[in-house]
Amino acid sequence: MKLSRTLPVAGIAALGAGAANAETITVATVNNNDMVIMQSLTDAFEKAHPDITLDWVVLEENVLRQRMTTDIATKGGQFDVMTIGTYEVPIWAERDWLAPLNDLPEEYQVDDLLTSVRDGLSQDGTLHALPFYGESSMMYYRQDMFDQAGIEVPEQPTWEEVRDWASQLHNPGEETYGICLRGKPGWGENMALVSTMVNTFGGRWFDMQWNPQLDAAAWQEAVSFYVDLLNEYGPPGASSNGFNENLALFSRGNCAMWVDATSAAGKLYDTGESQVADKLGFAPAPIAETPKGSHWLWSWALAIPASSDSKAAAKEFITWATSQEYIELVGEQKGWTSVPPGTRESTYANENYQQAAPFAGFVLEAMQSADPTDSTLEPSPYVGVQFVGIPEFQSIGTQVGQMIAAALTGERTVEQALQAAQRSTKRTMQRAGYLD
Amino acid sequence: MTTPRYKRFLLAVLAWSIAFVIFFPILWMALTGFKTEAAAIADPSLFFSPTFESYVAVHARADYLKFALNSVVVAFGSTLFALLIAIPSAYSMAFLPTPRTKGTLLWMLSTKMLPPVGVLMPIYLLFRDAGLLDTRTGLVIVYTLMNLPIVVWMLYTFFKDLPRDILEAGRMDGASTFQEVRHLLLPLTLPGIASTGLLAVILSWNEAFWSLNLTSSDAAPLTAYIASFSSPEGLFWAKLSAASTMAIAPILVFGWLTQKQMVRGLTFGAVK
Amino acid sequence: MNKTRVYGRTVGGLRSLSLQAPAVTLLLLWMLVPLGMTLWFSFQRYNLLMPGMSGFAGLENYEYLLTDPALWSAMGNTLLLVGWVLIITVVGGTLLAVLFQQEFLGRGVARVLAISPFFVMPTVSALVWKNMMMHPANGVLAWLANLFGLPAVDWFSSLPLTSIIIIVAWQWLPFALLILLTAIQSLDDDQVEAARMDGAGPIAVFFFITLPHLKRAISVVIMIEMIFLLTIFAEIFVTTSGGPGLATTNLAYLIYIQALLDFDVGTASAGGVIAIILANIVAIFLVRLVAKNLES
Repeated sequence: MKLSRTLPVAGIAALGAGAANAETITVATVNNNDMVIMQSLTDAFEKAHPDITLDWVVLEENVLRQRMTTDIATKGGQFDVMTIGTYEVPIWAERDWLAPLNDLPEEYQVDDLLTSVRDGLSQDGTLHALPFYGESSMMYYRQDMFDQAGIEVPEQPTWEEVRDWASQLHNPGEETYGICLRGKPGWGENMALVSTMVNTFGGRWFDMQWNPQLDAAAWQEAVSFYVDLLNEYGPPGASSNGFNENLALFSRGNCAMWVDATSAAGKLYDTGESQVADKLGFAPAPIAETPKGSHWLWSWALAIPASSDSKAAAKEFITWATSQEYIELVGEQKGWTSVPPGTRESTYANENYQQAAPFAGFVLEAMQSADPTDSTLEPSPYVGVQFVGIPEFQSIGTQVGQMIAAALTGERTVEQALQAAQRSTKRTMQRAGYLD
Repeated sequence: MTTPRYKRFLLAVLAWSIAFVIFFPILWMALTGFKTEAAAIADPSLFFSPTFESYVAVHARADYLKFALNSVVVAFGSTLFALLIAIPSAYSMAFLPTPRTKGTLLWMLSTKMLPPVGVLMPIYLLFRDAGLLDTRTGLVIVYTLMNLPIVVWMLYTFFKDLPRDILEAGRMDGASTFQEVRHLLLPLTLPGIASTGLLAVILSWNEAFWSLNLTSSDAAPLTAYIASFSSPEGLFWAKLSAASTMAIAPILVFGWLTQKQMVRGLTFGAVK
Repeated sequence: MNKTRVYGRTVGGLRSLSLQAPAVTLLLLWMLVPLGMTLWFSFQRYNLLMPGMSGFAGLENYEYLLTDPALWSAMGNTLLLVGWVLIITVVGGTLLAVLFQQEFLGRGVARVLAISPFFVMPTVSALVWKNMMMHPANGVLAWLANLFGLPAVDWFSSLPLTSIIIIVAWQWLPFALLILLTAIQSLDDDQVEAARMDGAGPIAVFFFITLPHLKRAISVVIMIEMIFLLTIFAEIFVTTSGGPGLATTNLAYLIYIQALLDFDVGTASAGGVIAIILANIVAIFLVRLVAKNLES
C-alpha cells in the first residue's frame, strides 16, 4: 500500500518536480490537546524536512491502544510512529517490538530529559521511546473558598486534613462539593488514584512472591477512607466520574478540592474553558502513612515499531517532536502554557514558561520525586506507581476498579469488594503463571 | 375516511410531542455544537450566544470530506452489493420455498451471532496477508457480509407480505421471472427495499468496531473521525457535538429521502 | 390467514438453489473461515502480549471462562438487557407505528425525527446521554427534576442497568418503528374499513387486524434486535465500564476484558464460541415462538 502511494510521486519526481521521493510516515497518536498541537505543526516539520510527509491517525486513547497492540503484535506494519505510555514501553521493548533508540544525535541532548521519565522509557539502559509529555498527580483547590473558611494549606497536606477541609467546605445545596475524585472504573481511571492512596496508606499490589495483597489491612484502610470521603463530601454520581468529568466539575466551580493529574493545571488556567482560573490553589498530592508512591508518574512517549519500514524518517520525526526546539516552537506559536510539560529540565529553566505557568516548579518536583521502582512501603516486585508493569495489569486493574466502584455506590461493602477483587486478581495471576 | 378535525389536531399534537421527545437528545447535541466548551458544561439553558468556534476547531483538525467520502463509499457500496446478492435470494425463499428454506434463513442469521471481538484476530491476520488492511475494498467486503443476513431476512418478510394475487395475475399473463421481478416485485416492494437499504446504510455508517480496527488513515470513515474527538484529556463535549452533528447530517438527509420512498407505499392500497 | 399454496414451479428447487447460491456461499465462507480459526484459537494458548507462550491448551481456556464467578451475573445482565429493551422497543414501536401511520400535518418530518436516534453512533449517543441528559449535576433530566422540586436521580450509580436499558432502548425504538411502519403500509385499508363498518372500535381494529398483520414484521424486529442486543458494548464501555461492581457487565463486556485488555486471544476465542452457543440457545427459544409466523 505504501508502495502504491509513493509510486505516482516518484513518477512526478522523474518529470523533474522538486519534492523528490517524499517518504510518508504514518503517525498514530492520542487525541489529547498536546498531540493536537503537534498535529497542527505538521507544516513546520514538513518545511524543515521536505523529504518526509506526515500522515496522521488520531484516535481516543482506548481505541488507539487496542488498535496499536493488535497491529504491533501481528506485525501488521500499519504505523511508523506510535504514541504509547510508560506502561507499555518496557513491556513492548522486552518483546523486541520497538526499535531501540541508542544513537540519538548530539543536539537532541538526551541528558536534558528528566531522569525519572527517561528511566521509565528505557529497557536495559536503552531508550525505546522519547517522552512527549509527562505528568504526576497533585491537589487542586479553590483558593477563594479556603481563604473564606480561613484554611491554610501546609506544604504537604495529609489525607486526614483533606477530609477535615472537605467537611468544612461541603455545601451540596449550593452545588459545591467538598472533594472530587475519580470514581469511574478502569485501570487508568479510578485505579490510578486508588493505587496512589493505597501506596501512601502503606499497601502494595503484590508481595515479593507475586501474591496479591488486596485483602491486607492497608487496602482496607485506604479504600474505606476513599469511599467514605467521596460518599460524604463528594459530588453525586462520583462512581461514573473520570478525569474529564471531574475536570468539568472543577472548571464549573463545583468542587472545593480535586486530586488528579498535573496536566490538568494548564487547562484549569485557561480562562476560555475554566471559570476558576483566577481562584486556583495547588498543593502536593496528600499523604498518609508514608510519602512513598503518594503521587503517580506517567508520560506519553513516541516510539517506532520494529515492523516499520521507514525507521530513519520516523526517527527524524520523533526527535523533532520531543526536542527543545519543538517546545520553543509551541511556546512561541501557541503560548507558553500550552507547551508539553514534564519532559525536559530546560523547559522548567525557561523564564517564559516559569512566568506563564506558576505551577511549573511544583510539577517538576512532583515528577522528580516520583520513583516507579520504589513506590511502596514494603518491597514489591513490580515497577510503576499507579500501575503494575505487567501485561496482565490492564485487566486486573479494570476488574478491581469495578469492585471499588461497587463499594463506592454501596452495592457491596468495602470488605466484600476487596475480597472479590483479591479472588479475581489471584485467578488472573494463577492463570498467567505467576502463582502455582 | 373522515376523522373529526379536533381529533386530527390532537393526533398531530401527540405525534409531534413524541417525535420531539425522542429527537430531543440529538437536538441538544446539535445545539451543544454551537456552544463554547465552558457553556457546554454549564447548567442547561436554551439561551446562549451561538459560536462556530467548535466547528472551526473541528475543521482545523481533520479533513471531514476525506472521512465522509470513505463513509459514503463504504456504506453505500456495501449496501448495494448486499441488496444485489440478497434480492434474488430472498425472492426465491419467499416465492419458491423448499423444505430447507427456514433452516437456511435461521442459519444465515446465526452467522451474525459471532461476537466481533472474538474474531478480530483471525480477520486481522487474513486482511494483513491479503493486503486489505486500511482499504475501502476491505471494509466493503466486511460490511456486505456483515449485513447480508439481515438484508435477506428483511427482504424476505417484505416479499412475503406482498398481495400474492398480483404476482399470480402477472404469471397468468405470461410474465417471465425477470419481468415479474422488474415490473411487479420491485415497484411493489420499493418501500421495503428502501427501508432495508436505509437500515443497511445506517448499520454500516455507524459500525465502529471493524472500521476502527481495520483502517488507519486511507480508508478511515467517519467513525474514526468521531473517535478522534471523543474522550480526550480535557473538555470535549462541544467539539464532539459539532463533529457528531456533521457525521449524522448526511445520513439524516438520506433518511429523509428514503422516508419519502416509504410513504409512496401508501398508494399501494389503491393499486390493489 | 392465507391458504398455503405451493409456489415453486416444476424446476422450483433448482431455481431457488441458483438464486440463493451467492448469498449462501458467501456467508458460508464468511462464517466458516473465521469461525474455524476462532475454534482453533480457542484450544490454543495464544496471548498477543506473550509471544513466547504457545501450544495446545486443551479445554483450559473454556475452563477458565466457565469458572469465572462473573460469568453468571454477566449472563443474567445480558438477558435482562435484551429482554427489557425488546419489550420496550416492540411495544413502543408498534404503538408509534400506528400513530405515525395516521395522517397529520408534517408527518414526514415527524417520522424522520422519531427515527433519527438510530442514525447516531452508539458511542456518541452514550456520551450524550451520560453527560448531557443523565448527568446528576448538569444534565437535562436533573434540571427538569429540579424544576419540579424533585431530587436529581444519580442514574449510573443508583440505577446502572436501568440507565443502560434506557439508552439502548432509545437507540433501538426507532429501528422497531422503521420496520413496523414500513410493514404497516401494506395493511389492507378495505379490511380496516370493513371492520369499522361492522362497528369495530379502534382498539378492536388494532388487536384483530393491525397486530396480526404486523406479526411477521415483529418477529423480524425481535430476531434482528436480539442479535445486536446480545453484543451491546459501546454504551456500557462509555458510561459505566461494566460497573459498579458487575452491575452492568454483560457477556460482550466480559469478553472484551479478555480480548482487548488482556489480549488473550485464546480465552477471547473461547468466549466467542460460548457466546455463539448461547445466542443459538436463545434463538431456538425465540424461533419456537416466531417460527409459525415465518411459514404462514
